[in-house]
Amino acid sequence: MTDRTLRVRHLTRRFGTNTVLDNLSLELEPGSFTALLGRSGSGKSTLLRTLAGLDAAPAEAQLDLPRPVAVAFQEPRLLPWKKVWQNVVIGLDGRGLRDRAEAALQEVGLGRHLDAWPATLSGGEAQRTALARALVREPRLLLLDEPFAALDALTRIRMHALVLELWRHHRPTTLIVTHDVDEAVLLADRVLVLDGGRIAADVAVGLPRPRRHADPVFSALRRQLLGALGVELEEAA
Amino acid sequence: MSETHAATAPRDLILERPRRLSWPRLALPPQLRRFLSPLAIVLLWQAASMAGLISPRTLAAPSTVLASAWELTLSGELPAHLLVSLGRVGAGLAIGLSAGVALALVAGLSRRGEEVVDAPMQMLRTLPFLALVPLFILWFGIGETPKIALVALGATFPVYLTLFAGIRGVEPKLVEAGQVFGLDRRGLVRHVVLPAALPSALVGLRYALGSAWLSLVIAEQINASSGIGFLINDAREFLRTDIIVVGLLVYALLGLGADALVRLVERRALAWRPSLIKG
Repeated sequence: MTDRTLRVRHLTRRFGTNTVLDNLSLELEPGSFTALLGRSGSGKSTLLRTLAGLDAAPAEAQLDLPRPVAVAFQEPRLLPWKKVWQNVVIGLDGRGLRDRAEAALQEVGLGRHLDAWPATLSGGEAQRTALARALVREPRLLLLDEPFAALDALTRIRMHALVLELWRHHRPTTLIVTHDVDEAVLLADRVLVLDGGRIAADVAVGLPRPRRHADPVFSALRRQLLGALGVELEEAA
Repeated sequence: MSETHAATAPRDLILERPRRLSWPRLALPPQLRRFLSPLAIVLLWQAASMAGLISPRTLAAPSTVLASAWELTLSGELPAHLLVSLGRVGAGLAIGLSAGVALALVAGLSRRGEEVVDAPMQMLRTLPFLALVPLFILWFGIGETPKIALVALGATFPVYLTLFAGIRGVEPKLVEAGQVFGLDRRGLVRHVVLPAALPSALVGLRYALGSAWLSLVIAEQINASSGIGFLINDAREFLRTDIIVVGLLVYALLGLGADALVRLVERRALAWRPSLIKG
């Protein structure tokens, strides 16, 4: 297993006259958990899509990525005509695929839904299937593109715990794109704020897990990150 | 409880009226009740025929039609003609469906294929294909070829149009997910694009079958010497309205059978759809 540091240098992306990523450089430690915050249009999705290989990187950019890469999107993006287990192992070949799918599904708590159709799953179950689909590839780089944004609050809390557990167990270099500051501080060891195509803030989160919102350090980090995003909070009386 | 009920719902309006006007209570399941009015119409038709209100030259009585159908079946005449008609539809459908699927794949899966195939197909489909009968007779004579060709042509367009639209309508996010998870172009077509296009293509198949029957009816009016259409035309010469009705009934049953077949295919192939999972 080659644990590589993720390195990005000189990544510039323009759409017309609009510069979305501006000579961006980034390094992520192997096995680290990083959150990428940014307002809409800050380029965070473009960065993730480039890392996922969905958008071709320009020639002058240097990308050195841990492989294999796996992605979980905001929507589960399951193929409705394939059973849950077939969705998990889509694109893989070899023997024992069903067993591999079953193991991954058991890890996300869906061991009994192997033969279900995706249309019968709840939103949370579908997103857990998507996580299993990413995990079964044993990725060294796990990209999460606002994966919990469409879930209800209670499901989201359970998914946060699940993602942390999976990350602890498999230790892929993980990058989660989110616009939720609380989610970023809750999950990641390091939070990056993207603004105008550059990294505007790089904040280490030294808190032990599990983290509590009521923790004063949590609040301070939250305030700092919101400030970096241009949101000023009124002082509580 | 009963007092307030009586106060809010006047007895004579809501409780009594339906009882007075209600239909005779039939211990029939709702599915069977649907057949009551068609049955009544047939009975009325029979009664009118027997009373001499409908002359057999206009329309034979249902009992005569049934008797003729039985006779034609026993004599082997009806099965023989039916077999010929089925053969024409079968051959025409096989050609038409293959052509429609092949053209849709070429046009749907490649830009260049679309440029070459789609424009002429869109132009041709606006032509009522039955208007091609005179040309087909000139090209193919009056044998089996123009009949099969007409059925094939009728089946090609619905399948082409719906499969092409289905392929182009595939959700781009699913294609993207497939790419991320390692599907190559062939894998994408097989696991993402074609399954996504299947519901639309099956609608096309149903249209194609309908169109194929229609083509058959028209084709069998041209100089046929066998087939259900010939049976009908021949009966016309002898004013046998009973046999004409038998022929029409056979056409109708064939159409129903084909529709049921597609439904069966849909139930099996589209088992993943939410409406079918619960049903």
